[in-house]
Amino acid sequence: MHELGIVFHIVDMVEELGRDHDLGSVAKVNLRLGEVSGVIPDYLQDCWRWAADRSELLHGCELVIEPVNAITVCNSCGRTYPTVEFGKICPHCTSPDTVLLQGNEMELDSIEVPEDEPA
Amino acid sequence: MEKYRVIEVKEAVRAGNDRRADELRAIMRERGQFLVNLMSSPGSGKTTLLARTIQALASEMRIAVMEADIDSDVDAAAISATGARVIQLHTGGMCHLDASMCRQGLDNLAADDADLIVLENVGNLVCPAEFDTGAAANVTILSVPEGDDKPLKYPLMYEVCDVVLVNKIDVLPYFDFDLARCIENVRMRNPRARVIPLCAKTGEGMEEWYQWLRESVAAYTA
Repeated sequence: MHELGIVFHIVDMVEELGRDHDLGSVAKVNLRLGEVSGVIPDYLQDCWRWAADRSELLHGCELVIEPVNAITVCNSCGRTYPTVEFGKICPHCTSPDTVLLQGNEMELDSIEVPEDEPA
Repeated sequence: MEKYRVIEVKEAVRAGNDRRADELRAIMRERGQFLVNLMSSPGSGKTTLLARTIQALASEMRIAVMEADIDSDVDAAAISATGARVIQLHTGGMCHLDASMCRQGLDNLAADDADLIVLENVGNLVCPAEFDTGAAANVTILSVPEGDDKPLKYPLMYEVCDVVLVNKIDVLPYFDFDLARCIENVRMRNPRARVIPLCAKTGEGMEEWYQWLRESVAAYTA
């Protein structure tokens, strides 16, 4: 259910961009979404459709989600491993001194607007 | 075919909230008020724990509470009975509180003399962990009936927490809850988290929690 709250944040960000760039409509919103971001893409899409169609700027706008794999690096042995399978403990050397390299992203990458829109 | 122009953004969806949270933390640091974000699933005992904590520490520090719920004010009424200053925040259907809502709540609470302010977040293990409220510390309660596997199912909640309170240990004999395994599951997600097993109803183990609060508040108000 948190996907709706997240969608509201994205709608706010894009509407602000719309004001800054004086846009009348936005065709696509490109989002990078990490595997361990805790956000379920299907739910996000459902919430997006509901919220976006209530915005004049975003009516009919498509949300494109680019998945990002979760990878953790071990500070003890320097090797990397897939986060989802092994969590915080390095499978190579069993050290708990590990840091998530990528996979927690929820980043608004870009938006696409029709060419005939004013610059 | 219609042509599109791309506007690059490259900004985290939470970036705006993170900025506001950092601003709020700086303000609270300046004021010397220790703000704790208390999170857990519904029914884990947040309000009971809070009421007992206020009673135990009332003579040592000034405590104020912000209750966040989707609706109702039953929690605020329960806390109000302890004599602590409390306000109820309604999130209006939202499952979490963000930094600007927290700041508005603090303005309305107007507890400028409080040493400790507790934000009782919406009962939920997912979204409250995702949005930084601007609190100085995050605390989560995991109650025995919920099961020792919660840290595996809701990893982010345990990653962001400074303290994990394992509540309702009085019912341990009746549940398939392995305390050692629970602690191991928390450690796997967050080796730095302090785990305190306790029972807010009987008072068992509460002293360690009080001590953590005393030390944190002292460090903040110094």
